[in-house]
Amino acid sequence: MTTRAARRCAPTEDPRAEEAPLRPHGRACANVTSGSGLRPSLCRHRADDQGASASFLSLYRGPFPSPSILLPFPLPWSLVLLSPSSLPPSRGPSPPLLPVRGRRRKGVPPLPPLRRRRRRRRLRVPCQGQLAGSLGRPPARHGAAPRGSMAMNYNAKDEVDGGPPGAPGGAAKNRRPDNTAFKQQRLPAWQPILTAGTVLPTFFIIGLIFIPIGIGIFVTSNNIREIEIDYTGIDPSSPCNKCLSPNVTPCVCIINFTLEQSFEGNVFMYYGLSNFYQNHRRYVKSRDDSQLNGDSSALLNPSKECEPYRRNEDKPIAPCGAIANSMFNDTLELFLVGNASYPTLIPLKKKGIAWWTDKNVKFRNPPGGEPLAERFKGTTKPVNWVNPVYMLDPDSDNNGFINEDFIVWMRTAALPTFRKLYRLIERKSDLHPTLPAGQYYLNITYNYPVHSFDGRKRMILSTISWMGGKNPFLGIAYIAVGSISFLLGVVLLVINHKYRNSSNTADITI
Amino acid sequence: MNQCPVHFIQHGKLVRKQSRKLRVGDIVMVKEDDTFPCDLIFLSSSRGDGTCHVTTASLDGESSHKTHYAVQDTKGFHTEEDIDRLHATIECEQPQPDLYKFVGRIKVYHEQNDSVVRPLGSENLLLRGATLKNTEKIFGVAIYTGMETKMALNYQSTSQKRSAVEKSMNAFLIVYLCILISKALINTVLKYVWQSEPFRDEPWYNQKTESERQRNLFLRAFTDFLAFMVLFNYIIPVSMYVTVELQKFLGSYFITWDEEMFDEESGEGPVVNTSDLNEELGQVEYVFTDKTGTLTENNMEFKECCIEGQVYVPHAICNGQVLPEASGIDMIDSSPGVSGREREELFFRAICLCHTIQVKDDDDVDGPRKSPDSAKSCVYISSSPDEVALVEGVQRLGFTYLRLKDNYMEILNRDTVERFELLEILSFDSVRRRMSVIVKSATGEIYLFCKGADSSVFPRVIEGKVDQIRDRVEHNAVEGLRTLCVAYKRLVQEEYEAICTLLQAAKLALQDREKKLAEAYEQIEKDLILLGATAVEDRLQEKAADTIEALQKAGIKVWVLTGDKMETAAATCYACKLFRRNTQLLELTTKKLEEQSLHDVLFELSKTVLRCHGSLTRDNFSGLSTDMHDYGLIIDGAALSLIMKPQEDGSSSNYRELFLEICRNCSAVLCCRMAPLQKAQIVKLIKLSKEHPITLAIGDGANDVSMILEAHVGIGVIGKEGRQAARNSDYAIPKFKHLKKMLLVHGHFYYIRISELVQYFFYKNVCFIFPQFLYQFFCGFSQQTLYDTAYLTLYNISFTSLPILLYSLMEQHVGAEALKREPSLYRDVAKNALLRWRVFIYWTLLGVFDALVFFFGAYFMFENTTVTSNGQVFGNWTFGTLVFTVMMFTVTLKLALDTHYWTWINHFVLWGSLLFYVVFSLLWGGIVWPFLNYQRMYYVFIQMLSSGPAWLAIVLLITVSLLPDVLKKVLCRQLWPSATERVQTRNQCLSVEQSTIFMLSQTSSSLNF
Repeated sequence: MTTRAARRCAPTEDPRAEEAPLRPHGRACANVTSGSGLRPSLCRHRADDQGASASFLSLYRGPFPSPSILLPFPLPWSLVLLSPSSLPPSRGPSPPLLPVRGRRRKGVPPLPPLRRRRRRRRLRVPCQGQLAGSLGRPPARHGAAPRGSMAMNYNAKDEVDGGPPGAPGGAAKNRRPDNTAFKQQRLPAWQPILTAGTVLPTFFIIGLIFIPIGIGIFVTSNNIREIEIDYTGIDPSSPCNKCLSPNVTPCVCIINFTLEQSFEGNVFMYYGLSNFYQNHRRYVKSRDDSQLNGDSSALLNPSKECEPYRRNEDKPIAPCGAIANSMFNDTLELFLVGNASYPTLIPLKKKGIAWWTDKNVKFRNPPGGEPLAERFKGTTKPVNWVNPVYMLDPDSDNNGFINEDFIVWMRTAALPTFRKLYRLIERKSDLHPTLPAGQYYLNITYNYPVHSFDGRKRMILSTISWMGGKNPFLGIAYIAVGSISFLLGVVLLVINHKYRNSSNTADITI
Repeated sequence: MNQCPVHFIQHGKLVRKQSRKLRVGDIVMVKEDDTFPCDLIFLSSSRGDGTCHVTTASLDGESSHKTHYAVQDTKGFHTEEDIDRLHATIECEQPQPDLYKFVGRIKVYHEQNDSVVRPLGSENLLLRGATLKNTEKIFGVAIYTGMETKMALNYQSTSQKRSAVEKSMNAFLIVYLCILISKALINTVLKYVWQSEPFRDEPWYNQKTESERQRNLFLRAFTDFLAFMVLFNYIIPVSMYVTVELQKFLGSYFITWDEEMFDEESGEGPVVNTSDLNEELGQVEYVFTDKTGTLTENNMEFKECCIEGQVYVPHAICNGQVLPEASGIDMIDSSPGVSGREREELFFRAICLCHTIQVKDDDDVDGPRKSPDSAKSCVYISSSPDEVALVEGVQRLGFTYLRLKDNYMEILNRDTVERFELLEILSFDSVRRRMSVIVKSATGEIYLFCKGADSSVFPRVIEGKVDQIRDRVEHNAVEGLRTLCVAYKRLVQEEYEAICTLLQAAKLALQDREKKLAEAYEQIEKDLILLGATAVEDRLQEKAADTIEALQKAGIKVWVLTGDKMETAAATCYACKLFRRNTQLLELTTKKLEEQSLHDVLFELSKTVLRCHGSLTRDNFSGLSTDMHDYGLIIDGAALSLIMKPQEDGSSSNYRELFLEICRNCSAVLCCRMAPLQKAQIVKLIKLSKEHPITLAIGDGANDVSMILEAHVGIGVIGKEGRQAARNSDYAIPKFKHLKKMLLVHGHFYYIRISELVQYFFYKNVCFIFPQFLYQFFCGFSQQTLYDTAYLTLYNISFTSLPILLYSLMEQHVGAEALKREPSLYRDVAKNALLRWRVFIYWTLLGVFDALVFFFGAYFMFENTTVTSNGQVFGNWTFGTLVFTVMMFTVTLKLALDTHYWTWINHFVLWGSLLFYVVFSLLWGGIVWPFLNYQRMYYVFIQMLSSGPAWLAIVLLITVSLLPDVLKKVLCRQLWPSATERVQTRNQCLSVEQSTIFMLSQTSSSLNF
């Protein structure tokens, strides 16, 4: 028995198996086996315990077969293999099997060709499939792929092994799936469950956080001063009513208004349009960003998207497109009717109304050192414009494509009712409010027709907080959501309390 | 493939050509270890006896060497020149896919102009794809080539199975298609209503081009409709199909990788032949299982034999010890007389001779042949393990079958070698359930030995101690042993000749050869003398009972379909706990039908069952274990065919309904004496019954193939009866016990994974597209997109695809152990529970709600105000980006809420895709991309993030969108918890308790020190 056991483990002492990393295992086994006849299985268990690494298992399971896998080679297919000797198969260690194994080891290893062929077949199946034409049934492909990869692994191991590749059980052992946490779906995992217990605090916390935030926002929003003046002139009594008819050009009208409270800090002057579909698909795409970026070829040959505002009188339009063509061109001036006999013009700042990146990166005038008019040579102005693009502003830093009014207009609004920043009224000093309470009037050079599409024009003066303009929605929403979640928390608490017992009993009955 | 070199014989010369030039009728030479290039008729081999060995491993997976025989008249042609002289015609049937059937006829013309006609069978046919073994070379005639070969025909024959999930997926898809079309229609109609005022259609600031203006109104409307379709088409989750395929494909690896389903003994792991049905494993309601080889091990052991009513037990097995000389026979009865001795000898010879076993002497055939005595190294190979067990068993009793050589069977009777000439083999088939051989002994006596199932042998016996043997056989059958009866008949020369002509005629028939052969066999195998019976034990597979119990607890009905006889099958059923002690057995068998008419029996049974069923429903809530009335039905093949037989007045459907009704109320059904086709019939019957339950068939043998193919899910056990079942199955597992994990764990996981995947995909596309739809109302129905093209494209492809894919690969809502421990959890997902319309509508409504929140949240944020601290305004792209950002986060966090199993991969992918979105957006808006002709996204995302209210809005909107789902989850869990949720909660409590205890013990121990 002892000798047999020793021989079982012999492969590890086989001179062919000289790879250094394998040695330690081999030695461990050999030591164990040198004892009594019971050892083979013990040795195997050892291997199991130590064999956290799959490669070890796959290499060394073979030489230490358990009684149940004593057959000289694996039964990969449906063979019924019986030893004709006088003992039943699969019942304990069988001496007559040894000669078989011995011979197998000495002689030409009979199994490898067989196995290799099998492998080849598997890989070949799909290619036969190609021949067969329309059989590309997914299953076959699926089936073949993993096996193919397995076979590759197997090859690698053969080479590492170095020993007789036909070692008993080798094939079977190598087919064994790796015992990795991933493959066995046992990756360590956090398993949270949404129960009333975990959710309750969340609801309360949300409530407790959202309500103060909401109140804060609401208060901030309410502190913002805002005045909105519709100067469309639909109302016949309105001073701008006369400008509705297109005959009066230029039409100037004056609208008086009173600020009840003074506007502190920076004040922002907007113009607002209603019923103006800047977000219409045909409108949104009607521009050429390359042209606006100063690209000289696009300047003279604007994108097709600009149609029908692409060329006029055989000259390319710069800037092309419907957006540019319909640029807002009312002029608004604000006068304070103070105590003084004559009204004071409120200084309006033109710069700083467009995004910095738009002004400095996205929009560029055509390159060149010569005057702007030269650089725009060969182009014509948009049809509706009075002046060409290089005459938008005397300030060269605010002229051409980088005119801020133009840039602001070119950022199409999301909704048909929108406002756009027109001018800034900067705070002069800490002592005086920017716009003190009192009488003002707005001097409008009325150019922009909105009546035809039932639009409205407004002028808005607004102060700004950290959260932008006046917007009660956010604050109210925060307060509402906070309260709802707080309320839900309470409801859940009640339910949790009421049903806890019943759910516990239910647990017990399972 | 088409260019493989093939050796042809042309004008007596060997020519090498490409295989695509192969034509029918060409004579081909194949060398050892080569694969046959086409289907060949085997003419001659280098072996003297005209045989060759072939392995068909690549065709059916059986790696055993099969012997094929050359045509008798041509086996003498050994050289190319000889072959060239051959003049013959071959007639054969049209190509058909059955690998094991072939009928044909060869007519060989000799020089003197007389022709000989020979039958050709599958033993003469060498199939393409098979490999020549142990034979130097062979010659053959190509009869089927290319696409007509049996291998090629077999490729196409597989039918597509579709899972229930796929079906509901398609139903959902149709709903979404309707939604898509109606959305587009609504928008088109509204657009034209809205545009009826010209200043809206074409305001001065936004004029059409001339060509647009001149387009026909209807054409315009149609293009608008199509444009809306294109705009909203993202609601159809095209990427879902890709993801589902990917999930199925990758997910199926987890089955093959499963270590617990790997069988050490055979070295086989589970095989996934199709990944389309993974989730169907979680939906199974009926399991149809084969008995032999599936429930039982099919590891046959010769237990005893009964000769002339005297029982012999091989000594060796009795004590489980090995005796040096195998002569130990323990006779239970007193020693037999002289005639008994003679019968005994005959019996053992019969067993030794009546089989189709091949002896595989050794692998190294090239080496020197060993003397026949050293038979120790030889192994028996047979398609039937019973035969091996028997031959192996009598070997222990002193009769060793050595080999078949030159048509002589050699038997080593203790020390002397006896030779019998093998005259005919009447091969086994499952209808006759017996086989016979006709042999001629050395002394010139001709015997017919017949071996078969008792029911097919007893009626043909005229002599012998029938009653005693029948008693013994029945006794053995009750013990669960497999019994075979052996009979013989002595033939005189004239009789033999008559038989020969009969067989020859049948074998030569081109049409209905099978039928004619069967008739001939029927005539030959009669007037037999009964010798005795054998008993072979087929042990239950390990944990078969445990598995069946678990399946029943999971609400799955287990039916056993077997060809075995009733007593054996019933014994097995008791052993594997399919029937329990308190199970009341209802019998619907031929025996009973002889007493009453089918009609009465059926009605009586249904009455019994239904009465109890009424009382059952009342107290059935608490689970199966308390059931007092547990019915088991036993039905046999004959009774079934009566039920299935259509009757003239069409009342058969009535019987069928009644039968189904009975079956439905039985916890277990055993169908015995089933022909393979009947198995499939039963599966079909259940499959098409009005509830349309999902069926699963599991089997290991060729006789189970039909049912495996018929059932929704077919599982093959990689057993010993060849690999046909495994080859035809959707999944193959090494052992029956693995079915438990396959269904309860893998099936359950796959089902919840894929159902979440499907629902989530629809949900996230609703979230994605519904705001787009709403936006049309604010942009004049102009098909303006809300999101940038990049977002539109990447949303499904990269922003939201990976988390759900990984979820659908990794999710485990309950641990695998818990699923195995509590099979009843399987009921939670039964009947496609997670893909019902209610659930689907919930998800869709949730999606709509979320979409409303995103859109109107952003709308009120942007409406007529500024949200930056420097007063600058945002445009439409910022609006879209805000909606998109909120949606991205909501949709991803919704998945996070549903994830119960957070591995690092989930964390990585989920947070990773959010991060990817942010990084991508920063990058996409951070650069003026030179290849784009628009720069609308430039700095949009960054500008948005620079505004405080945008942040606040994002947080608020995400919270609001997720709130209802969280609330629903918590309330459902609290008020109406499902079994799964209870287990989840309990597990969590346990783990919390454990950790608490652990912490407490730690603190206490630290206090001690």
